[in-house]
Amino acid sequence: MTGGLSIAAMLGELGLDPKKVAVERNLEIVPRGTLADVEVAEGDAFEIVHFVGGG
Amino acid sequence: MRSRSSISSEEVELNAPQSMSSDSWTVAGRTFTSRLIVGTGKYKSLEENAAAVEASGAEIVTVAVRRVNISDPSQPMLTDFIDPKKVTYLPNTAGCFTADDAIRTLRLAREAGGWNLVKLEVLGEAKTLYPDMRETLKATEVLVKEGFEPMVYCVDDPIAAKQLEEAGAVAIMPLGAPIGSGLGIQNRVTIRLIVEGAGVPVLVDAGVGTASDAAQAMELGCDGVLMNTAIAEAKDPVLMARAMKAAVESGRLAYLAGRMQKRRYADPSSPLAGLI
Repeated sequence: MTGGLSIAAMLGELGLDPKKVAVERNLEIVPRGTLADVEVAEGDAFEIVHFVGGG
Repeated sequence: MRSRSSISSEEVELNAPQSMSSDSWTVAGRTFTSRLIVGTGKYKSLEENAAAVEASGAEIVTVAVRRVNISDPSQPMLTDFIDPKKVTYLPNTAGCFTADDAIRTLRLAREAGGWNLVKLEVLGEAKTLYPDMRETLKATEVLVKEGFEPMVYCVDDPIAAKQLEEAGAVAIMPLGAPIGSGLGIQNRVTIRLIVEGAGVPVLVDAGVGTASDAAQAMELGCDGVLMNTAIAEAKDPVLMARAMKAAVESGRLAYLAGRMQKRRYADPSSPLAGLI
């Protein structure tokens, strides 16, 4: 990953709607309101989740 | 908090609603009319799933939290078929085997959904999917501290149920039988003991196989029933969803009506006086 890319922009590049997912960055929740402000850094590990059918 | 240590006939009369529409229940300050909560797993299609939810009349559905498929972000999503604005999504921690995994899942769920009402389940082993009560209690304590309102899946043990309530569980959800087994309520006595001891709603969660199982849970005085497989794996899930709706309502009415006492021998229904 190159510097300067926000998490919101990364989600956009992946074709994901930020309103429908939750993002964890290096095991810390990234609040939705800050997705556009937090930049992706070298070595970051992300979990991107959403709701699916389940019991 | 209401105490249900004993239910007198007067109390049942006071509780009896004028019609089913006025018979609501409340969990963590949210009031619902339907006492049936349905899962959204195992359906053949999202269309069938949505039709079954509609037929069930459920106002709450459980959902799972899973990784998005970034290789195919355009695939249909549950939220496109079941509107979270119309039906309350209850994020569940199904598949979590430790308190830490369950807590992490629910923190993500809260961020994705924006609400605190969640369903906690921490499983002990894959074979029985029995809850690990030590981890469940630990997770409940942490979640409550973080402002969550956890409805908690648990064993049908009145002591464990009380401990969860003391830890801040907003609803107690004992299993009737193992998840997905369809065996029906295996221990009516302990379910009833949990109902009598609880100051928060009690819902049978897991084990229901057919309509009579759901009615039985309600006849025991439970506030509701949660099920997934019994509807999703029926030959006609939409028809079974209707059956479950009717069963939960009739079981509830029978509980409020107060059943007759059992006798060991017959008692004629027609008068003996005037017999020719």
